[in-house]
Amino acid sequence: MIDIGQHAEYIIGAYAITGLLVGALIIWINRDYATQEKRLKDLEAKGIRRRSDEKKV
Amino acid sequence: MAQNASSEPTPQDLGFFSRLAHPGYFLQWSAYWLKPLAILVCALLAIGLFYAFYNSPADYQQGDTVRILYIHAPAAWLSQFSYAVMAVASIGSLVWRHPLADVSAKAAAPIGATFTAIALATGALWGRPTWGTFWEWDGRMTSTLVMLFIYLGIIALWRTFEDQARAGRIIAVITLVGAINVPIIKFSVEWWNTLHQPASVFRLDGPTMPMSMLIPLFVMFFAFSFLFLLLHFISMRAEILRRRIRSAERRNAQRLRSQG
Amino acid sequence: MRAFLAVIKRDLKLATRIGGDALTVVLFFLMVGAIMPFAIGPDKELLSQLAPAIIWISALLSLLLALDRLFRNDHEDGSLIAMRQAGLPLELIIFAKLIAHWLTSALPLILATPLLAILLNLDFAQSIKVILTLLIGTPALVCFGAIGAAVTVTIKRGGLIAPILILPLSIPTLIFGVSALSTGAISGASYAAFLFLAAITLLSLVFTPFATALALKMGAD
Repeated sequence: MIDIGQHAEYIIGAYAITGLLVGALIIWINRDYATQEKRLKDLEAKGIRRRSDEKKV
Repeated sequence: MAQNASSEPTPQDLGFFSRLAHPGYFLQWSAYWLKPLAILVCALLAIGLFYAFYNSPADYQQGDTVRILYIHAPAAWLSQFSYAVMAVASIGSLVWRHPLADVSAKAAAPIGATFTAIALATGALWGRPTWGTFWEWDGRMTSTLVMLFIYLGIIALWRTFEDQARAGRIIAVITLVGAINVPIIKFSVEWWNTLHQPASVFRLDGPTMPMSMLIPLFVMFFAFSFLFLLLHFISMRAEILRRRIRSAERRNAQRLRSQG
Repeated sequence: MRAFLAVIKRDLKLATRIGGDALTVVLFFLMVGAIMPFAIGPDKELLSQLAPAIIWISALLSLLLALDRLFRNDHEDGSLIAMRQAGLPLELIIFAKLIAHWLTSALPLILATPLLAILLNLDFAQSIKVILTLLIGTPALVCFGAIGAAVTVTIKRGGLIAPILILPLSIPTLIFGVSALSTGAISGASYAAFLFLAAITLLSLVFTPFATALALKMGAD
């Protein structure tokens, strides 16, 4: 790491907060997707389907 | 939801764009894009971070704090871009009552809110060493804060509606009202700001940036934009699945009831 | 035109009869304004400096409180459906309702403003100016409130979500309303603010009936 001068804590803080928030967003969205996918699979396994596969909600 | 499902044309007789926008087709084609997009985002982020930290000089005025701008500026751009996406999607929901437009608008809101929050946080951390304070009622910072409020209001509104198809169209109205208002808010806040303090504070946009700073800025711009696209796709897919689950459950409940 | 006036008359009657809350809004306005000195302190100099801001904030909050009645009762008793079937376009009906709402919520508190002005040690010339800016600015606040009320009318507990949507949109009105009262700083700025305030009101009067009608239609089907 190069020397980033006297304000290093602010720079690192900014990148850390960004990383944290973006990371949380990525995890949240992916978890949501995984949950929905699993729920849909479970429903289909039970034979509960929508009227047709192509017809949307 | 249920009532317009019957009048829905089958995907085969739709034009190219309508087919792209058909939820079922969207699930199919967007699946192929996720992995390449993820790789692209990672690569761009790696290049961008390399340039931001190793291969760019400190600003002669701001010193090394200029490195915060490489994430601040793209986040601020996304905070506006997400709203533009929501506004365009809202037109789609109102004019064509397209279900994918609702989904797109709903998925964009939390992503936009997050990047707006990032823009605010990094702006504050940039402001502390530069202005000597975390928060300055600077025109740009203030209108970003208002933007965050608008995002949070819209997200809160999404969560209060039970019927998501109706929610989509109603929220589309308020999203468009917000879109008309955002420039007015920006203007009024800037005006208010110049009224109350001399314009001596150091602005976020320096006069001209040397090439060595523009490179990391541009790379990060693209990295953030593609990250938005990727997250938006995944979020939309999740939302489509959620709606399918809901309609399947409702059908099941109806069947159970009719069987007695 | 007769139908238009009939809508205004109906809403005026509903708001002023017993159980209508035109008076409650004024009381709320006065109380919010009168409670500020307890937080700020009885310093008369300071109070008269802050008075325009206090009065504007109080007006903003009172109007937020009042907006829920704009469509909620009509939605609950089914009048809203009747209005959509009426010969008069929904946009015009909404415009009539906006006028009636302004007359029964904003106008009373503007009339009550001199009372607050005395309490807050505002001099006569400034009081006149405050009343003038309120007269120009409150229609815009009522308009934004109507959009928020229309968007949330189908939600059972829409009471708290509407202000959250409306407050950010009200910022320009607040800025120009209070700036029009500022003295000193930059000469001509307060006049410019006054013109901007008028522009916002005119624009919102033009757009609001359409946006509100659209939101109500989208919520109904």
